Amino acid sequence: MNGLQFVFLLAALVSLFSAVMVVSARRMMHAALWLVLTLMGVAVIFVTLQSSFFAVVQILVYVGAIAILIIFSVMLTRRVMEDHGDQILPGWRGAVLVAVLLFGVLVGFLTLWQGFSVMLVELPPDTDNVLELGKALVSPQEFVLPFELASVLLVAALIGAITIAVDRRKEHQR
Amino acid sequence: MLGNWLYIGIFALVALLMPAVTIFIAGILAPKKPDPIKNSTYECGIETVGPSWTQIKIQYYVFALVFLIFDVEAVLLFPWAVAYNFLPIYAILEGVIFLLILVVGLIYAWRKGALEWF
Amino acid sequence: MDFLRDPFGFVINWYVGLLSQFGLPPEVVEVIASLTGALVLATGAMLFVVFLIWYERKLIGRIQDRFGPNRVGPWGIFQPIADMLKIFTKEYITPDGAEKFTYNLAPILAVAAVLLLWSVLPLSVTVFGTDLNVGFLFLIAVGALGEVSYILAGWSSNNKYALLGALRLVAQLISYEVPLVLSALVPVMLAGTLSVVGLVQAQEIWFIVTAPAAALIFFIASIAEIGRSPFDLVEAESELVAGYNIEYSGLKFGMFYVAEFLHAFTVSMIFAVVFLGGWRGPAAEQVPILGFVYLMLKTFVVYFVTILFRGTLPRFRIDQMMNLNWKVLTPLSLALVMVMAVVGGLTRDLPLFWQAAAYLAVNIILLVIADQLIRLFQRKKPKQALAIRGGHGALTTSTKYGTGE
Repeated sequence: MNGLQFVFLLAALVSLFSAVMVVSARRMMHAALWLVLTLMGVAVIFVTLQSSFFAVVQILVYVGAIAILIIFSVMLTRRVMEDHGDQILPGWRGAVLVAVLLFGVLVGFLTLWQGFSVMLVELPPDTDNVLELGKALVSPQEFVLPFELASVLLVAALIGAITIAVDRRKEHQR
Repeated sequence: MLGNWLYIGIFALVALLMPAVTIFIAGILAPKKPDPIKNSTYECGIETVGPSWTQIKIQYYVFALVFLIFDVEAVLLFPWAVAYNFLPIYAILEGVIFLLILVVGLIYAWRKGALEWF
Repeated sequence: MDFLRDPFGFVINWYVGLLSQFGLPPEVVEVIASLTGALVLATGAMLFVVFLIWYERKLIGRIQDRFGPNRVGPWGIFQPIADMLKIFTKEYITPDGAEKFTYNLAPILAVAAVLLLWSVLPLSVTVFGTDLNVGFLFLIAVGALGEVSYILAGWSSNNKYALLGALRLVAQLISYEVPLVLSALVPVMLAGTLSVVGLVQAQEIWFIVTAPAAALIFFIASIAEIGRSPFDLVEAESELVAGYNIEYSGLKFGMFYVAEFLHAFTVSMIFAVVFLGGWRGPAAEQVPILGFVYLMLKTFVVYFVTILFRGTLPRFRIDQMMNLNWKVLTPLSLALVMVMAVVGGLTRDLPLFWQAAAYLAVNIILLVIADQLIRLFQRKKPKQALAIRGGHGALTTSTKYGTGE
């Protein structure tokens, strides 16, 4: 087992453990903090895949924006400091059955997928990943349409969230 | 490239351990006399009244949301900016269109009062 | 002679050579060399803060027409050391009900996030931590990581004022990240690379000359990111009682203090590296130690300007801060990126000098337009103020607000 495998194993274990703690933590704020640890573990996994751009973007967007958004929304709920009551729902046996079935179906489909048997072609060592990504994002044969649609999607998300969140009364005052 | 990240990983460990060790050393040197009045929460010198949470304004959430949208936008633009010197003119315009669509989003947020503090 | 020209590089090469002689496999040599380098850099940065605190206190004192510390040692140079010794021996008072783990983690994470920034900055043509190919984005991402430590500090103190202060601070920090990231696109466009070492190599003409508007926005957003005056509402002593670090005492508070000073210096160094040409200067490639000297000079000039801001400008109110960010800096940086992209595309075939002149002209035009628009909006403000206040007495309101200047 070389160093890279060890790092991957460690990062995977940390991410999985934190992910389990996210759903089973007693207090919501703890769950948000375990989520931060999970996202950082995913960033380390990106590093082991040699895509440093995505590792850094993971930290910048997920930890720096989404985790903070989730923490703010946890603070917005009144019961953040006073979590009482049973953590486990009454119908948990049915939920576990559905989860195991879903996992089995997913694994079954993935084993049938041809993509796993295709050997990944490594880029030559001196290509700049980010440069290639940039060129691919705007070239008409590749990803320009998803690129532009992404911005439309972002604006749609912005409009939707503002419609829900902004106080109606302020609009009448203007 | 992995060598770079190895260095950063080691540096991160050192960066975490250095203040931790310093704080630990100071913890040994410093006196320890806990006292119920010293340990009570600070509220301008009087006793705490009411539970220790307050309802925060929804404005924090709206700011975090607008920030998230613009953060993702900027991150999608970074590869375009890196490839900038190699791109033909229409590719540059595609990036400008991307930005224009988000300017529309910013104007919407501005008009709807999502960018006000109060 | 070689040692004099490049002492750091010489020592590094000698050290790696020494390790290889022990017959260890090259990976272990790499790990040990990285570990030593990281230790030296981190310790150097932490010890340098002592000097920075002295420098700032002296300068603020002079701005306020007084001496600053001058009792402890010649020119008060041992004052911060005395302060550090004092803070080492103060008791840690942990409030009741505080979450022990996150309460102790917060100052460590705050300092660690700032120290991690030093790992990708090039100190001279041969000395840098590591040449990460996405170094510039890494700098911004680690800054975002530091914000989590403030939330941890505010929430785990079990104190509603700490929590409110921390939330306000984080709201300010995340808001100002938008113009920071958007204006950071401009040097990346000009250099064609995200690596910080590459950014310095690409600065034949310093980026502050080709893109002064981007430099201005980046600088203002950086000062807001470190929570310094005039953006330090959340730690002002008269409001919110010191914000997120109310419940911290002893060296834990000292760590937040150290993190703030070191962050100010590091951000000045980032600005010097990205916009002022880093270690570039006459003969910096042949004599690398000169490059280090140039970088330090440039960083200190920027740090000096930061301290000048702190000593002279009044504090912003939180709504003024947010308005400045969302209604001035963000549209300006969006417009800047679009205009620079188009101008760059049109002037691509011209020689470097004319391209730089075109960029400079466009930047200045944009700044002038922004200035005029701001004045236009300011003149409109008294009417808005009247409308909000319900139109109480037009005469009294207008004499109170004047012409909006």
